[in-house]
Amino acid sequence: MVTGMGQNIGVSVKRDSLSVGLAVGAAGVAFGAVAVADHFTVAQACFLSFVLFSGASQFSLVAVMSSGGSALSAIVTGAFLGGRNGLYGVRMAQILKLKGAKRALAAQITIDESTGVSIAQTNHEDQVTAFWYTGFGVFVFWNLFTLLGALGAKAIGDTSAWGLDVASPAIFCAVLFPRLKERKLLIASVLAFIWALSITEVVPAGVPIISTVVIAAIVGWK
Amino acid sequence: MNSQWIAVIITSILCYAIKYIGHAIPEIWLSHPRVQRITNLIPIVLLSALVAMQAFTTKTKFIVDHRLAGIAVALIALKAKLPFPAVVIGAMATSAIVYRLKI
Repeated sequence: MVTGMGQNIGVSVKRDSLSVGLAVGAAGVAFGAVAVADHFTVAQACFLSFVLFSGASQFSLVAVMSSGGSALSAIVTGAFLGGRNGLYGVRMAQILKLKGAKRALAAQITIDESTGVSIAQTNHEDQVTAFWYTGFGVFVFWNLFTLLGALGAKAIGDTSAWGLDVASPAIFCAVLFPRLKERKLLIASVLAFIWALSITEVVPAGVPIISTVVIAAIVGWK
Repeated sequence: MNSQWIAVIITSILCYAIKYIGHAIPEIWLSHPRVQRITNLIPIVLLSALVAMQAFTTKTKFIVDHRLAGIAVALIALKAKLPFPAVVIGAMATSAIVYRLKI
């Protein structure tokens, strides 16, 4: 989808950006459904997609609280997972060079996809176009599909019978998988996985997840 | 206000603040290689632990059930380089079938 972009300037960048927006935004249906399956309200699911607007943080927040974690551990986990958007912001600021209200607006749509499609472009004009079109494309569809998913899940009842309990971990597997070719990342991932499962029965919920930051620090130290 | 709304609102505010700060801080602050390596690893370990919790625990107890089949199919689909929707839908369908057969 992203490859081969930037050959016809303008039009194809906009079209490709919006198609990424639609494809990724459609996954919002899974978030809406998972949130409701995890005992959040439709309003809370929609609030998260509109204001938080970062898939990993949204999924983790509902997952941590539904597995018995405290609000604090859900907040810390969600904020940590939102951390990479800050790193994307550093990169996008150099490309967009914005101030005031426009910067505040750009910050909200600074996510994996808007940054990814933008930096895949070969010239500055396309990079700027791709950022806004992808960012707003994902935003609009993600919110629309969150509402549909939340209302749908409310209607179907036993979410395990529809595989919804595995939607969120499967999505995270898909996010992680391409990055685990790098040896250090693979080691950190496996360690975190084993660590979390080995302590889950003896520590409060949420701790198995947050405590893996120590693994990141140890593996990343040298 | 219940604890869910508190978590929803505070996390939303923090995540926006993180995005905004990224746009506003000088890049030099994050340029130390060690800081970069660790910040690069943090989302990886958090998501890995989250997958472990979501797929293999129920209310903090370690449990292997129908979800294992779903995750196995997701990993096979990823290995076969199938597109994202196929990975997720394949996992969901498998998990749902195993869940229903057991009942």
